[in-house]
Amino acid sequence: MIYLQLLWVFVKIGVLGFGGGYAMLSLIQHEVVDHYAWMTTTDFADMVAISQMTPGPISINLATYVGYTTAGFGGSLLASFALCLPSIIMVYFILKLFMSKKNNALMTNTLKGLKPAIAGLIFAAGLSMMNTQNFVDFGRGQYNISVIICVLAFVASYFFKANPILLIVLSGVVGFFAY
Amino acid sequence: MKKAFELFFSFFKIGAFTLGGGYAMLSMVEKAVVDQKKWIPNDEFWDMIAVVQSLPGVFAVNTALYVGHRVAGTKGAFAAMLGAIIPSITIILLLATVFREYRDQPVVERIFKGIRPCVVALILAPSLRMIKSAKVTWKTAIIPIATVFLIWWCKTSPAYVILAAIAGSLIYALIIRRKTRDAGVNPPDPLSRGSGPASRVPKSRSQKEEEAKP
Repeated sequence: MIYLQLLWVFVKIGVLGFGGGYAMLSLIQHEVVDHYAWMTTTDFADMVAISQMTPGPISINLATYVGYTTAGFGGSLLASFALCLPSIIMVYFILKLFMSKKNNALMTNTLKGLKPAIAGLIFAAGLSMMNTQNFVDFGRGQYNISVIICVLAFVASYFFKANPILLIVLSGVVGFFAY
Repeated sequence: MKKAFELFFSFFKIGAFTLGGGYAMLSMVEKAVVDQKKWIPNDEFWDMIAVVQSLPGVFAVNTALYVGHRVAGTKGAFAAMLGAIIPSITIILLLATVFREYRDQPVVERIFKGIRPCVVALILAPSLRMIKSAKVTWKTAIIPIATVFLIWWCKTSPAYVILAAIAGSLIYALIIRRKTRDAGVNPPDPLSRGSGPASRVPKSRSQKEEEAKP
């Protein structure tokens, strides 16, 4: 049963995952954290951090981890394969359809229209992670170091395009000394 | 068969050493496939990437599948895909066993308490950058706001939101197509460089050098 659930969830994510790794986060979060509760919200945040620091696509990393924690080694392979399955099918069927100029113009314009929605999707994934599990000292009358880390990391990433790995390492160091 | 092996090892190397997601990978794929092995001409490679970029799914996997398929058929597609994902799967499996063992250690817990708020920032920042690059106006700002409201507040499944967004933008794209057809103007060719997704793709090194030349 768990295998069928993993297959269904990750095939769905593979079909609907428009717009790259971060855009898939919202889909994965909804299924894996909210719906099936295979992971807690802190697990999810930790895995995103680990995925940032290791090579390879973030969605494959998450699929492997979720598959492994829910159904062992076989589950990890199944979840990753399920995520790739729609892409494999598309190589053969969709590509021929969209390589024609006429259809490609349609597809490009459709995707342009989709972009603002995808941005909203990613933002919602971030917002859903703003909770007291991930911000441990929020609202406890302390210094709110977690909020400070978040704001500084946001400024560094948005305005200065700081390296995400560096930001993760630095906030890990801050966490080590602050908590 | 030899080509399939070569594809596997090329993508294995790329999968094992590229940090920073799909787009960081592109220049490495280009170097391996276009510059070194000369499997695909430069122009065709970037045209293909423009199409692959707009497909759903894992970008690295899609790229591997299309390059592999183009170079060595079905065998090549599977060889390249496995090469691209085996390093990630292996690394995560190793880390998962270690992480479960040590995550309750107070030291590890303290470090991750600091990292979690940073991860939230690292997700929010690119979404805002994307809104900027999508040229969202006050009129179209309703789209991302509605998306956030539905998913974050109403807990709607993102799957439905994506399907609705696809339907909406497909209708929009069809209207554009009809308008350009009625006006008797040829629709712009999205595969030509300078318009459409190709212009969003980071340019190849040789292209950049060409542009830098006076």
